[in-house]
Amino acid sequence: MLIELQMILPEIVLMSMACALLVFDAFIPSERRHLTYLLAQLALLVTAVLVVASFPQITEYAFNRTFVDDPMSGAVKAFILVITLFIFFYSHDYLKEHGILKGEYFVLGLFAVLGMMIMASAGSLLTIYLGLELLSLCLYAMVAMHRDSPPASEAAMKYFVLGALASGLLLYGISIIYGISGTLDLQEINNYILYNSERLPMLVYGLVFIIVAIAFKLGAVPFHMWIPDVYQGAPTSVTLFISSAPKIAAFAMTIRFVNDAFMHLTPEWQGILIILSILSMAMGNIIAIAQSNIKRMLAYSTIAHIGFLLLGIISSQSVSATGVTGFADALFYVVTYALMSIGAFGFVILMGRKGHEADELDDYKGLADKNPWFALIMLIFMFSLAGVPPFVGFWAKWFVLKEIVATGLAPLAVIAVVFSIIGAYYYLRVVKLMYFDKPVSMTAIKATQTMRAVISLNGLAILLLGVSPGLLMTFCIEVMKL
Amino acid sequence: MFNDLQTLCLVIVLAPLAGALLAGLGGGILGRAGAHTVTILGVLVATICSFVVFKQVIVDGMPPADFTVYEWLSSGNFSLQVGFLIDPLTVTMMSVVTFVSLMIHVYTIGYMHDDPGYTRFFSYISLFTFAMLMLVMANNFMQLFFGWEAVGVVSYLLIGFWYQRESAIFANLKAFLVNRVGDFGFLIGIAAVLMYFNSLDYADVFAGAPDLAGQQITLYGTEVWSVMTFICICLFIGAMGKSAQVPLHVWLPDSMEGPTPISALIHAATMVTAGIFMVARMSPLFEFSETALNFVMFIGAVTALFMGLLGLVQNDIKRVIAYSTLSQLGYMTVALGASAYAAAIFHLATHAFFKALLFLAAGSVIIGMHHEQDMRKMGGLYRYMPVTWICCFLGTLALIGFPGTSGFFSKDMIIEAVHLSTLPAAGFAYWSLVIGVIVTALYSFRLFFMTFHGSERMDRDTWEHIHESPAVVWVPLCALAIPSIFIGLFLVGPMLFENYFAGSILVQEQHNVLATLGEDYHGPWGLIVHSFTSPMILLCMATGIFLAWIGYLKQPDLPGKLAGWLKWPYRVLVNKYGFDAFNQIIFAGGARKLGALLWQIGDVKLIDGLVVNGTALTVRWFSGVIRHLQTGYLYHYAFAMIIGLVFLLVFFVHRIGFAGLTP
Repeated sequence: MLIELQMILPEIVLMSMACALLVFDAFIPSERRHLTYLLAQLALLVTAVLVVASFPQITEYAFNRTFVDDPMSGAVKAFILVITLFIFFYSHDYLKEHGILKGEYFVLGLFAVLGMMIMASAGSLLTIYLGLELLSLCLYAMVAMHRDSPPASEAAMKYFVLGALASGLLLYGISIIYGISGTLDLQEINNYILYNSERLPMLVYGLVFIIVAIAFKLGAVPFHMWIPDVYQGAPTSVTLFISSAPKIAAFAMTIRFVNDAFMHLTPEWQGILIILSILSMAMGNIIAIAQSNIKRMLAYSTIAHIGFLLLGIISSQSVSATGVTGFADALFYVVTYALMSIGAFGFVILMGRKGHEADELDDYKGLADKNPWFALIMLIFMFSLAGVPPFVGFWAKWFVLKEIVATGLAPLAVIAVVFSIIGAYYYLRVVKLMYFDKPVSMTAIKATQTMRAVISLNGLAILLLGVSPGLLMTFCIEVMKL
Repeated sequence: MFNDLQTLCLVIVLAPLAGALLAGLGGGILGRAGAHTVTILGVLVATICSFVVFKQVIVDGMPPADFTVYEWLSSGNFSLQVGFLIDPLTVTMMSVVTFVSLMIHVYTIGYMHDDPGYTRFFSYISLFTFAMLMLVMANNFMQLFFGWEAVGVVSYLLIGFWYQRESAIFANLKAFLVNRVGDFGFLIGIAAVLMYFNSLDYADVFAGAPDLAGQQITLYGTEVWSVMTFICICLFIGAMGKSAQVPLHVWLPDSMEGPTPISALIHAATMVTAGIFMVARMSPLFEFSETALNFVMFIGAVTALFMGLLGLVQNDIKRVIAYSTLSQLGYMTVALGASAYAAAIFHLATHAFFKALLFLAAGSVIIGMHHEQDMRKMGGLYRYMPVTWICCFLGTLALIGFPGTSGFFSKDMIIEAVHLSTLPAAGFAYWSLVIGVIVTALYSFRLFFMTFHGSERMDRDTWEHIHESPAVVWVPLCALAIPSIFIGLFLVGPMLFENYFAGSILVQEQHNVLATLGEDYHGPWGLIVHSFTSPMILLCMATGIFLAWIGYLKQPDLPGKLAGWLKWPYRVLVNKYGFDAFNQIIFAGGARKLGALLWQIGDVKLIDGLVVNGTALTVRWFSGVIRHLQTGYLYHYAFAMIIGLVFLLVFFVHRIGFAGLTP
């Protein structure tokens, strides 16, 4: 029992600190709200230290195999915590500037992180569902946090209703699988499928529901409809959050399903993901071109990137061929995507000021004249998202494409490349606006020193990882040796 | 992580780079004095370290070192690295490059004194030093190519340094385009190396060369070549571009549009010798293809003789030296073809010194004459510029190969080596070089007499202001004059006949002309005595000097009459054999016409109109249409999800069969 408790020590600590923070926040005057922020950062930091200190070398189970502790979960948790640290940095500035600095944002954020950590370590269908619901409920509330803003309320409502629908589909899928196999344990489901292939149609029936729920969480076409509205409507600090860390958690959840439970249904889920992937890359990249709002444009860009991420998951079949699992490419992809995404949305925060969200593309015109350094940082984000070397976005795409070709799905790689080229248009358009157009207004960037430093760091990290992608890739391969 | 040698090598390449970056990016803050201080400091550090490495390798006999300092990326068994190969050949080049570069940095302070682009200029020449060092120190083809292109870029920037001048822009574009032709061959050569050796590391490639010697490659149709010949000729085409061999020589005379220190540094002493160095470095490949060696020797011989002849009719002081450079590069190339790689490198080193000296002396004259470069408006300058006069005289003696000077040892050895070579092209090459000696002496002394002696032909205004150049100009002259005269005396024995290039240059037994020469070698004095006992070369030289004396001192109207009598040959020479006109009309003109045609029909109508704009418009239209799917209505969204679900269910469950769909 003690060992089991030790295994979930990071989660326990995070939960305790979040609860304490909730109480603490109720008792401090609003002008000292930044204390909540600092304590939230501390909670993340402590949890991150605990995760790294007890980094699992082998796979261990706890609580009747409902909780898994393996290298992948450790890595995913560590990435989520670090990314969230960045997110809180950016968010604090945004919330203060726009006068909505409330403790709830950070408390909800911490609970969301807890949900993600549980998803990453789930050993049974029930744990996955618990983690997912904890995450989703926090996100709904965060989107709605800016109560006076009609778009935010509308976005929250849409997100909530569609999320509930997806949740229902997931539960339905889970209940079918449970009904057939009689177990919630992922490993046992896996064994059941292996020895009961005559139940295949029914299993696939359940699988489709589960994959649809995953696709909703990730935002793959045609289950992506919530993404543009929520990204645009939510406060930028929340958009920043939704677009990054939960994607890593959703990736972990996908691996739990497709690898731990449904490994013997590989052709089926691969087929589904291929369709979703192509649709996502096509729709995401093409619709993004028509957007004039940068948050909405980045929303469609997320959809396109999810398509690419799915390619990484699809290529898991090349395990035997090269000794490197395609999942490692997908992990690399999702982590670097999260890093680029917080950078890009963080930049929107950086450009904004009270009463003005710099979320129209026109706001970026002539930025290079006004502030060459930050124009350069934004250029790094855009080039990296578009997949231009030497930035890390290029390597992320490269590794995925390499594995896809190794898997023998070369036509899929061609499709991916074609849509990447189409996608390059709208990223480069931002660069063009910054460097070649005349500024509309000469308002200077009004952001704190911390914000400037953190976003520069973010940009340089992308450059550094682009110059030596091996740093991160070696780690990803190491932890994804499933 | 780093041992001493690695640190030292890193310092050598990074010091000039740091200087270049500081002067280039921080030039505004550092100011003029700051810019020249940091760059000279950087190059000085590099020079000292190079000498230290030179001592370690040559004097202390350290074995060659080959190491990688940084691996950029690896993909399968192919990797791109930054690494250094330190052996006698490398350290020789490093020392020459850094020393000449240092002299030119100092000289530039005086020459560019009033130029508005002062800091930019220092940044460029330091950057050039960095690039050149990367090139010579490389241990793999990729880095070689990096250095190769980087020196090309800096050369382009420097030829067009005075970018307001129409002629400078024309010249740098020309240099760039002609070099592109050469680089194209070079790149194909490197690609072929990668294809056949499966590696870009020198060590792997050279080790694998003997195994590949017999292999054939089918080029097109039934044309079958030896792989080695193909690789070597492609690589040599690169060298032809960079080292300005006929017919890719046309850019070098025009490159004199750049400031004089550049003409000295890049277009005489270092960059143009990159091709020579590269071929010497690749000796383990070239040795396996006699066809390629013949080709090299033939091209070199043509360049040596015919480019020298052009020097006779030029009136611009710098252009005469430029044609002389072409001719001397031809000598080096012939030596390469004769497998006398050591002689080529030896001539490269001595030439670097005396040609830099001549250019800087010319620069000094140009300063004294207030940027007048036409020799017809000079004359009698020895009275006003004595230091320049003496230095120029010493440089001229070295250039024509007067017995005892460094040019004598290096050039004579090349001629003797070719004489012994058994390749089919050797006969032609030998006589070209011997006639070349007369031509060299003639144009060298023509320049010397027209500039420093004879009647004073400048206008009065200029005449009043003629003065000796400041110390920063003449000190480098003297510093270069010393090695120009003496370095041959000390180096000829070790470099050519002792085991100097041990391991870094490979010569096969049947090609080894230097070994044959070495049997009769009795020290440098023996060579001088020999030149008097069998005086053919000496007589050729004397003929040249005598002709120059007659034509430009004794009977100054004779050349004009001669040109009148020999109208046709004279016009051929003045028109530079028509290479420029041919390129201008056929290649430049033709390419422009073809370009205009393709632009009008292919680009504007087909590609822009139909493909690019068409695609873009289609995508944008499509994008505009399907964005309306995003209606904003919640029930539409939910509906889309359900449709998607149903579709997936039907599609995937159907594949297995609905029959099994029982609980």
